[in-house]
Amino acid sequence: MILDGKCPTGSLADKWDKHRQDLKLVNPANKRKFKIIVVGTGLAGASAAATLGELGYKVEAFCYQDSPRRAHSIAAQGGINAAKNYPNDGDSIYRLFFDTIKGGDFRAREANVYRLAQISNAIIDQCVAQGVPFARDYAGYLENRSFGGAQVSRTFFARGQTGQQLLLGAYQALSRQIAAGTVTPFPRTEMLDLVLVDGHAKGITVRDLTTGEIRCHAADAVILATGGYVNVFNLSTNAMGSSVTAAWRAHRKGAFFANPCFTQIHPTCIPVTGDHQSKLTLMSESLRNDGRIWVPKKAGDKRRPQDIPENERDYYLERKYPSFGNLAPRDIASRAAKEVCDAGFGVGAGGRGVYLDFGDSIVRLGEDAIRTRYGNLFEMYQRITDENAYKQPMRIYPAPHYSMGGLWVDYNLQSNIDGLFVLGEANFSDHGANRLGASALMQGLADGYFIIPYTIADYLARTSPGQVDNTHEAFRQSREQVDEQAGRLLAINGRKTVSEFHRELGHIMWENVGMARSASSLTEALDRIPALRNEFWENVKIPGTGQQFNQELEKAGRVADFLEFGELLARDALQREESCGGHFRTEHQTADGEALRNDADYAHVAAWQHKGADQTPELHKEPLTFENVELAVRSYK
Amino acid sequence: MDLTLHVWRQKGPNDKGKLNTYKATDISPDMSFLEMLDVVNEGLIHQGIEPIAFDHDCREGICGTCSQVINGDPHGPQAKTTVCQLHMRQFKDGDEIYIEPWRSRAFPVIRDLVVDRGAMDRLVQAGGYVSVSTGGVPDANAILIPKDDAETAMDAAECIGCGACVAACPNGSAMLFVAAKVGQLAKLPQGRTEAASRVCTMTDAMLKEGFGNCSNHYDCEAACPKGISVKFIAQLNREYLMALPKAGKTKA
Ligand SMILES: Cc1cc2nc3c(=O)[nH]c(=O)nc-3n(C[C@H](O)[C@H](O)[C@H](O)COP(=O)(O)OP(=O)(O)OC[C@H]3O[C@@H](n4cnc5c(N)ncnc54)[C@H](O)[C@@H]3O)c2cc1C
Ligand code: SF4
Ligand code: FES
Repeated sequence: MILDGKCPTGSLADKWDKHRQDLKLVNPANKRKFKIIVVGTGLAGASAAATLGELGYKVEAFCYQDSPRRAHSIAAQGGINAAKNYPNDGDSIYRLFFDTIKGGDFRAREANVYRLAQISNAIIDQCVAQGVPFARDYAGYLENRSFGGAQVSRTFFARGQTGQQLLLGAYQALSRQIAAGTVTPFPRTEMLDLVLVDGHAKGITVRDLTTGEIRCHAADAVILATGGYVNVFNLSTNAMGSSVTAAWRAHRKGAFFANPCFTQIHPTCIPVTGDHQSKLTLMSESLRNDGRIWVPKKAGDKRRPQDIPENERDYYLERKYPSFGNLAPRDIASRAAKEVCDAGFGVGAGGRGVYLDFGDSIVRLGEDAIRTRYGNLFEMYQRITDENAYKQPMRIYPAPHYSMGGLWVDYNLQSNIDGLFVLGEANFSDHGANRLGASALMQGLADGYFIIPYTIADYLARTSPGQVDNTHEAFRQSREQVDEQAGRLLAINGRKTVSEFHRELGHIMWENVGMARSASSLTEALDRIPALRNEFWENVKIPGTGQQFNQELEKAGRVADFLEFGELLARDALQREESCGGHFRTEHQTADGEALRNDADYAHVAAWQHKGADQTPELHKEPLTFENVELAVRSYK
Repeated sequence: MDLTLHVWRQKGPNDKGKLNTYKATDISPDMSFLEMLDVVNEGLIHQGIEPIAFDHDCREGICGTCSQVINGDPHGPQAKTTVCQLHMRQFKDGDEIYIEPWRSRAFPVIRDLVVDRGAMDRLVQAGGYVSVSTGGVPDANAILIPKDDAETAMDAAECIGCGACVAACPNGSAMLFVAAKVGQLAKLPQGRTEAASRVCTMTDAMLKEGFGNCSNHYDCEAACPKGISVKFIAQLNREYLMALPKAGKTKA
């Protein structure tokens, strides 16, 4: 099947405006008759729920944490882009659009990305109006900094806690609606199934994580804003609860999963120390503004970094990519780090690390200036590693960080299932093969504040409210299935913990489907994952019952889904016979080791349709056409 | 290193709960406190014992989910550190460690170390926001904010809503948490308009939720992982006194 992204026609700059004029509206008096479910209260979900509540819809907002304020968006450190051109350094909507489409290695839709750049400016205005304390200069104007993959300063930030502040802004807007009674919050509630009636998304089945109760909620439309899936690698920068579960269960009900193999590996994370590590901590990429990355020129050099003289250091990013240097995009910086480590130049225990050195900047700007810019990151680094980065360089290594793939959506952010909308990291839409920094926050808020309010109205205007309630047969079936899965998991009573399975899966994924993939590594993954999955269903051990607060049961459900999803990810990577952005196939590289795209055969979105457990999924393609940019080789040299 | 843990076990809100003792062996100083508990929990599961329930998510000190009282201190002995960022090198081989949930009337125990902090969300719902709807706002640079004010607002905005301040307070007061929100928004022109009604509705909500009053012990500041200063409590009191003549308690 050839998929249609339903991008409006006409000139790039006018598409969204024109489309908005064409979308249907819901009469204000009718809005309160419609109920909308929003799963997820991160930037995408909280902004959507708050805005839809403001407009007068009845909204139910779900999250698995104990409060919407704790969604994983809170962890974003570096900043959010916008094309404001406040620094007068040549930025524009077109340039932000172009950088983003190029950064995604020409694997995203032009129309979506242009809209994102257009909306970016309104996001900053909105957040400032909410009281988000962005950094200011002494005249009281907003400050900007630069970020990987861009040569202009367009990143707005709130110390190293931009995601936290943006999320609190959205959470406060949501809280206002909760007080006003338009939004009902359901914290500590996990979505475990999507319910369809006559092919339309009409509700969800959830588990109340406190009591274990399985419940159904009906609505006129469902929005998933459930974040990313890179915890399939086990060790990642994501929160412990981040999972593919909501998206995967919707996929099982027919929602197409697009480009699952596009995952972003972030270059500046604290290296792994041992087996019991539960996650990898990201050090904001903004550090690369003032830190220089190097390794010793001599392989296996065990000297302390302070003792290695300047001429015996290899500043490999500056050497290989003179115009972007330490600010090269993430995939390039990550692979370059892996290469030097693979070649034996890595530093720290295990040799899986490179130096991020602030020595020069401290001499040039003074320790105080560095402390003001990055103090909290240096503190965090010290807590974890017991090293003082003002005195010796930080050690960093790449880690799985972000998923560009996700449920397939059209230009209206609607999946192929009517009435199911997907926002933020959970959809695939705007980032192509490689998200640049500071663009995910932008997308989450664009989707939630400024796109979904228009596009969902168009859907609702074509339906009548309250067609079904949760006594409908489809809900009963869904509840039974969910109940049955929990019962099956608890009954296995095997010998291995859920975490043991997750670690094993993560190992398979990282080794075979990680920073570099080949037909043989992918075939191996496709062999080993089903075997591990079978073992899981025979040998996992989960104490306790389903009718209680049971964190092992929660984890088991998530890992069970990762065990299915990991296979799809590997399959997608095997299908895509090219290298682009975050997807690097070793068979497809240039003579000097750069990613080699194949635009003739792979300028498409790969969208997978579930065909039942243990069945090969079916691949559908959405061709990507570029009318405004030329598909250039993405060079950062 | 090897440690002895005394952990609060409580099956549910209505269960009595008690301290149980477990051994944690072969613990590396590089582990975080939560990773140490992960190891202990895997051991318990292998023995067929229900693992210790505890709240956590980001594990990088920013989501405010983790919440444990360690040897009497919310978030443990290291200053300005959440439990997830506390590392085992802060302890010695052979140590005995007492691990308990947040204690406060406003935070009922759900299970073991997990408590219900919903009351804190309701404090924000009472007025901890700027009443602006989406769209139709001025250009961001049309609202000038002196750098010092923006920085002070940011100092307050760093609060992660963990509730350690409440757990540390002998009165179970949420004053530091509320003061951080009031202080942040009152410092900004956008938040100024509603400052009077905000301070009144939020303090009212605090009483309704069963949080105690502030009697200046400063245990909150000492326990706060983000170093939120008690000077914001002083500011809250000032805002409150300024608000009284206006009797801005009309806002719902
Ligand atoms: C450490 C770190 C730093 C980052 N820094 C930056 C940065 O500087 N700039 C930038 O642009 N981006 C950054 N990112 C990326 C960005 O933060 C995320 O992509 C973005 O915040 C995702 O937002 P979201 O709303 O889509 O999802 P999330 O914020 O992850 O929210 C997911 C929501 O869904 C809920 N949920 C999930 N599954 C279920 C379920 N089954 N049932 C019920 N609820 C569910 C969760 O409870 C949560 O509320 C960073 C990411 C990380 C990990
Ligand atoms: S004031 Fe400090 S201790 Fe209290 S909730 Fe905020 S961060 Fe936690
Ligand atoms: S787990 Fe997020 S702050 Fe500790």
